[in-house]
Amino acid sequence: MELATRETWAVIHGLILGTIYLLAFSGGLAELWSLHPGWESLQGVRRRFRRLYVGATTMAVTAWLTVITGTWIVYPWYREPLAVQGEDPSAGCQELTLPDPETCSPRDFLLSNVRGETEAWHTFGMEWKEHVAWAAPILATAAAFIVLYYGPRLISRPWLRAVVIVMFVAAFAAAAVAGAFGAFITKVAPIS
Amino acid sequence: METAPHHDEAVAPELAELGLTEKPDGPAAAAMLAAGIGVFLLGLLTTLAAASPSLNDWLRSWEWGRGVGPLAGKTTVAVIGWLLAWVVLHLVWRRSNPNLRTVFTIAVIFGLLGAIGTFPTFFEAFASE
Repeated sequence: MELATRETWAVIHGLILGTIYLLAFSGGLAELWSLHPGWESLQGVRRRFRRLYVGATTMAVTAWLTVITGTWIVYPWYREPLAVQGEDPSAGCQELTLPDPETCSPRDFLLSNVRGETEAWHTFGMEWKEHVAWAAPILATAAAFIVLYYGPRLISRPWLRAVVIVMFVAAFAAAAVAGAFGAFITKVAPIS
Repeated sequence: METAPHHDEAVAPELAELGLTEKPDGPAAAAMLAAGIGVFLLGLLTTLAAASPSLNDWLRSWEWGRGVGPLAGKTTVAVIGWLLAWVVLHLVWRRSNPNLRTVFTIAVIFGLLGAIGTFPTFFEAFASE
C-alpha cells in the first residue's frame, strides 16, 4: 500500500487535516451549543472550557495548516502547465483517461475535456475552492480568540455565544466548500 | 460606542467561584471586525485580479517561483491586511467597550461581500478580455 510523495501530501492536506478539522468543529460546536447558565458545576465549567479551548484552537490551527499545504505544496502540482505544445494548450492530454505527471497536470486535464465535460471542475470548482478556503482559518482564528478571551463568561452571554457559533459555522462552511470540491476534483483528476 | 457593564454572576451564579474579572469588549470587537475585513480583502483581490492583468501579475510575483500563481498574492496580501487590521483595531479598542452588535453587523457585511468576491460567477464577470 504505497503512496507517492504527491499523493501523500494530497492525503495530508485533504484527508488527515480535513478530518481533524471536522472533529474539532463538531466538538466545539457541541460544547458551545450546550452552554447554559446553571447547567454545570464549577468543576464541570472548568472541564468543559478546557475542551472548548482545545477544540477551538485545534480548529484554527488545522485550518491554517490545510490552506497552507494546499496552496503552497499541492496546488503547484495541480496547476503545472505541462500539456502545452505549440498552439495547442491540451496537446499533452490527448487520449489520456487520467492526468499524467509528465505531460498533463490535473488542471490541464480538466480544461482539455478529453474525458467528457470536465472544464467546469476547474473554472468553477477549483477557482471557488482555492479562494474561499482561506476564509476558514481567518474566521476560525477570530472565533478561537473570542472563546479564549471570554472563557466561561460566554455562559452568561447568549448573544456573544451565538456570534461565536456563527463564526464557527461560517468557517466550517468555507472549508466544506473547499473540501467537497477538493474531493470531487481528486476523483476526476487526481494528483500523482 | 459603549455597552452596559456585564453582570455575569447574576446570570450564571456558577461563575462567582471562578473569580472572573471584568474585561472590555474592545479586543473581541477587534477580532470580529478584522476577520470581516480579511475575508473582504480576499474577495476584493480575487475580483480585482480578474479585472486587471497588471494587478494579476503583481499578485503572481508573491509566489517566489513556487508555481502558485496569483493565488499567492491574493491570499498573502489578504492575510497581511487581516493581521494589520487586527493589530490596529486591538490597539485602538483594547481598553474600550464598542457596541459588539454594531461591530458584528459591520463585520458580517464585510464578510458577505468578501465571500461574494470569491465566487467564480461573480469575479469572472469582471474578467478582462
